[in-house]
Amino acid sequence: MTALLLTVFTPALGILLLALLPGLRLSGWVNLALSAFSLGASLVMAVQVLEAGPITAHGFHVDAFNVYLLALTTFVAFTTAIFSRPYMEAVCHQGRLDKGRMRLYHASYQGFMFTMLLALSTDNLGVLWVAVEGATLTTVLLVSLYRTPSAVEAAWKYFILCGVGIALALFGTVLVYFAAQQAQVPAEAGLTWSALHPLSGRFNAVAMGLAFVFLLVGYGTKAGLVPMHFWLPDAHSEGPTPVSAVLSGLLLNVALYAVVRFKMLADNALLNTGHPHAAGYLMMGFGLVSFTVAGLSLHRQRDIKRMFSYSSIEHMGLMTFAFGVGGPLATFAALLHMLVHSLTKSAIFITVGHASHIANTQVIDHIRGLIRTQPAVGWGLLLGVAAIAGFPPFGIFTSEFLILTATMQSWPWLTTLLLVGLVVAFAGLFRHLQPMVYGSAPEGQKAVGANMIPVAVHLGLVLWLGIAIPAALAHWLDEATRLIAGSGLL
Amino acid sequence: MIGQLDLLHQAIFVLAALVVFSSFFLLSHSRLTSAIHGFAFQGMLVAAVAALMARAGGNPHLYLSALLTFTLKGLLIPWMLHRLVRRLDMEREVENIAHPVVLVLVGMALVVFSYWVALPIERMQATETRNIVAVSVAVVLLGMWMLIARRQVVAQVLGFMSMENGLFLAAVSSTQGMPLVVELGVAFDVLVAAVLFGVFFFHIKESIDSLDVDRLNRLTEGKEA
Amino acid sequence: MSTLSNFSGWLLALFQLALFAMAAPLLAGWIKWLKARLQNRRGSSPLQPYRDLHKLFGKEVLVAETASAVFRAAPYIVFGATLLAAASLPLLTVKLPTAAIADMIVMVGFLALARFFLALAGMDTGSAFGGMGASREMLVSALAEPAMLMAIFTLAMSAHSTNLSSISSWVLNEGAILRPSFMFALLGLALVAVAETGRIPVDNPDTHLELTMIHEAMILEYSGRHLALMEWAAQLKLLLYGVLVVNVFFPWGIAESFAPGALALGLAALTAKLLLLSMILAVSETVLAKMRLFRAPQFLNLAFLLAVLGLLSFVILESGT
Repeated sequence: MTALLLTVFTPALGILLLALLPGLRLSGWVNLALSAFSLGASLVMAVQVLEAGPITAHGFHVDAFNVYLLALTTFVAFTTAIFSRPYMEAVCHQGRLDKGRMRLYHASYQGFMFTMLLALSTDNLGVLWVAVEGATLTTVLLVSLYRTPSAVEAAWKYFILCGVGIALALFGTVLVYFAAQQAQVPAEAGLTWSALHPLSGRFNAVAMGLAFVFLLVGYGTKAGLVPMHFWLPDAHSEGPTPVSAVLSGLLLNVALYAVVRFKMLADNALLNTGHPHAAGYLMMGFGLVSFTVAGLSLHRQRDIKRMFSYSSIEHMGLMTFAFGVGGPLATFAALLHMLVHSLTKSAIFITVGHASHIANTQVIDHIRGLIRTQPAVGWGLLLGVAAIAGFPPFGIFTSEFLILTATMQSWPWLTTLLLVGLVVAFAGLFRHLQPMVYGSAPEGQKAVGANMIPVAVHLGLVLWLGIAIPAALAHWLDEATRLIAGSGLL
Repeated sequence: MIGQLDLLHQAIFVLAALVVFSSFFLLSHSRLTSAIHGFAFQGMLVAAVAALMARAGGNPHLYLSALLTFTLKGLLIPWMLHRLVRRLDMEREVENIAHPVVLVLVGMALVVFSYWVALPIERMQATETRNIVAVSVAVVLLGMWMLIARRQVVAQVLGFMSMENGLFLAAVSSTQGMPLVVELGVAFDVLVAAVLFGVFFFHIKESIDSLDVDRLNRLTEGKEA
Repeated sequence: MSTLSNFSGWLLALFQLALFAMAAPLLAGWIKWLKARLQNRRGSSPLQPYRDLHKLFGKEVLVAETASAVFRAAPYIVFGATLLAAASLPLLTVKLPTAAIADMIVMVGFLALARFFLALAGMDTGSAFGGMGASREMLVSALAEPAMLMAIFTLAMSAHSTNLSSISSWVLNEGAILRPSFMFALLGLALVAVAETGRIPVDNPDTHLELTMIHEAMILEYSGRHLALMEWAAQLKLLLYGVLVVNVFFPWGIAESFAPGALALGLAALTAKLLLLSMILAVSETVLAKMRLFRAPQFLNLAFLLAVLGLLSFVILESGT
C-alpha cells in the first residue's frame, strides 16, 4: 500500500516543488529524480501485487490489469524525463522558452504524471473521470508552451475537443451511477469499481448500453479514435517533443484503459440480453474506422510528428478493435500491444525530437540523410519505424500476429482488411522514412548532442518482448486477460 | 401528470424549463456581456433546482452541491469572465452570427433528440423528477452545438461551461447527485478549466489579435508550414 | 338544457358580443391615457376614441379614383371578421351556446381573413405607403402566425381540446398549477399579441412616421366611416388578445353559470384582470423603444422559440404518466 501511495503521490509533491523551484538545470534533475523515485515505488508495488494479489484500500484499486500499466507509465515517464532534461535545456538556450515557462513545463510534467497515475490506480469511476480531465488540463498549457500561433491553436482545439469528449464521458459515468442505484447497489459503494463490478450483472441493460455509448465516444476522444481524433495530430506536432512522447505513449493508453474498464461493466450488464456483445461490436467499429483512416492518412503527411501521431491513432484503433473482438487471445494481444506500442512510440518521438533538432525543422521534405550526419539517430529512427510497422522480431509483430490470429478465429473475413491496413500503413511510413534516413544530407548539417540511451532501452525491451515474453510479465498479462475476458490464455 | 405533484416539484419543473430557455438565450445571443449574464443566470437556476431537489428528497448533501454550483457557476466564473472581457477591452463586442434562425432551429431539433435519448431512462425511474433527465441532455447538447456553431472564443467557453451545467443537472435529477468526492473533483476541474480559459484568451488575442476562432486556421490537413 | 335557458344563453351571447364591441375603444383609450400619465402628460380622456369614432361615422367618405370594389368592401369585411373572432372568446362565462363553435383555429382563421383584406385594401389604391404597409404587415404576420399556432397547440395538448371555452374551464378545474408549458406559451402569445396589434416595440400606434409605420400605412387612404370601421377593428383586436391572455391563462372569476351574481363577478374579475394587463402594457410601452423594422423578425423568432419550448416542455416535462 505504501508503495502505491508513494508511486501516485510523488508526482503530486513534484508539482509543488517544481512550481516553486527557480533553478533551470536543477529542476531538470529534480524532475528526473522524482520520476525515478516513482518508478522505483511502482516496481516495488508491482512485485507486491504479483505476490499478494490485488490491493483495494483507501479508494485505490490495483489489480493485474492496471498494475502493469502503472509500471509502464512510471517507466516511460522516467525515460522521457532522461531525454527531456538536456532537450528542454537546449530549447531554452535557443531562446524559444523563458525560465517561467520552463517552470511551468516541469510542474505540468509532474502534474500530468500525477493525474495519469491517479486515473489508473483509483477505484472510483468518478475520480477516474476527474483525473482524466485533469490530464487534459495539465497538458493543455504544455501543448501551447511555445506560444506560436499554431501552438496556441492546437492547444485550443485540444482543450475544446477533449473538453466536449470528456463531458460526454461524465454523462456516461452519471448513467452508470444511475444504473447502479437502480440495481439497489448499496449507497456507500457509490461509484467504486471494485464494488460495482461483482454486481454489474444486475444493472439495467438499456441504461448501461446507453452509458457505454457515451463513455466510448467520450474517452474515445481522448484515445484519438476517428472521427474524434482531430485534436491529436495538432497537439502532438505543436507541443514540445517530450510531451508528444508521453501523450502518445501514455495518455492514449489511459483513455483506452478507462474504456475497457467500462466495457467490463457493460458486458456483464448486457450478458443476458439479445445483444451480449453490443459493447464489443461498437469498439470494433470505432477501432476499424480509426485503423483504416489513420493508415491512409499516413501517406499525405508532411510533418514528421504529425505522421507519427497518425500512426498512434492507427495503433489505438487496432487495440480498440482487439478489445472489441474480446476473448482471451484478442484481449491478451491487445494488452501486449498497449505495452509494446507505448515503448516503441515514445522511443520514436524521442528520436524524432533529435532528428528535428538536427534538421532544424519538422517538415519531412527537409529532413534528409540522418544516418550520415548522426548514425545513432538515423539507426534509432530506422529501427523504431521497423518496430512500429510490425517487423519481426520486434514485440509489435508478436502482438499484431496474435490479433490477426484472434480475428481469424472469430471474424475471418476481417483479417484481410487488417492485413491490407497494415501493409498500407507500412508503405506510408517507409516512403517517408527512406529519404529521411538515407537521403543526401544538406550542406552544413551537423550532429547534435543526443542521448540515445532511452531509445536503446525501449527498443531493446520491445525486441526482448518480441523474442520471449518473461514469465512474470506473461503471468500478469494472463491475469489481466482473465479479469477482462473471463478466462486466461495460458 | 404535473397536476398531481406538489408545488415544490412544479417549481422544479418550471426552473428546469427555464434552464433550457437560458441555453437558447446563450446560443443565440451575440452580445458578450449579456451572454455572460445569461450564463450566470443559468448557473443560479441549476443551483436552485438542486436546492429544491434537496428539499424535496430530504437529501442534505445536495444542498452542499447546490451551494457549490451557485458560488462557482453563478458568481465566481461569470465574475472572472466579466473581468477578462473588461481587461481585453471587449465589452462592446458583438459577434456576427451567420444564420441565427438555423442556429435556433437546430437547437430545437436537439431538444427533441434528447427527449428521444432520455426516454428509456425515464421509463425505468420511479421518481417525480425523472423527466428532467431529458432537459439535462438537451442542455448538454445545446452547449455542444454552441461550441460548434459559434465562432467567438468567449461564446465557446460559455458553451463549454453550460455543458457542465447540464451534466450537473443530469447527476442531480437522475441520481440525486454524484458522490461528494466526485462532485468536489468535478467542481475543481471546472474551476481550473475556467482559469486556463482565461489564460488562453490572452494567448489567442496575442497570437491572432482577435478572439474569432475562424482565424485559427493554420493547422489544416496537408497544409503545414 | 331547457329552451328557456337556451334562449337566455343566446341572448347572453349577443350581449357579450355587444359588450365586446362597445368596450374595445375604451381599452384603447384607457391605455393611451395611462401611457400619457406615465410620461407626465395630461393625455386625452379615455373616452376620446368614442368621440373619434362618432365623428368619423358622421363624415363624408372619400374614395380614391383608382380604388376598386375591394377597397370599399374591405372595412366591412375586416370589422366583421374581427368581430366574429371576438365572438368565439369566452368573455364573461364559459357556458355559452356559442361555445360549440368557439374554436381557436376558427379564431385564428377569422383574424387571418381580416388581415388578408386589410393588406389587400392597403395595396388596392396603388399608393406607395399602402403597398409598403401591406408588405410589412404580411412579413410580421407570416412570422407571428406559426408562433401563435404553436402556443395554441400547447394549450390544446394540455387541455385535449382546441375549444377556447373547454380550455378555460379545464384550467379552472385543474386549479393553480405552475406549468412550464403555460409559462412559455403565455410569453410567446404575449409577444405575438404585441406584434399583431401593432404595439411598441414592433409598431407604434400613435405615429404616422413613414419609415416605421405598418398598420397606419395601410389605412392611410381611408376616410369617414370606412376609417372608423378600420380603427374600431384594430381596437377590437387589442381587446381580443387581452381577453385571450387573461381568460385562457387566468380564467379565475369567470362565470360558470348564468346567475346574475356570477355574471357580475365575471365582469368585475375581467375588468380587474384587464386593468392589470393594460398597466403592464402601458409600462412596457413607456420603457421600451420601438425597434427597427428589420429587428422584428428576431422578436418574432423569440416568440416562436418560446412557443415551441412551451410545446416541448409539455411533451418532455408534463406528459409522463
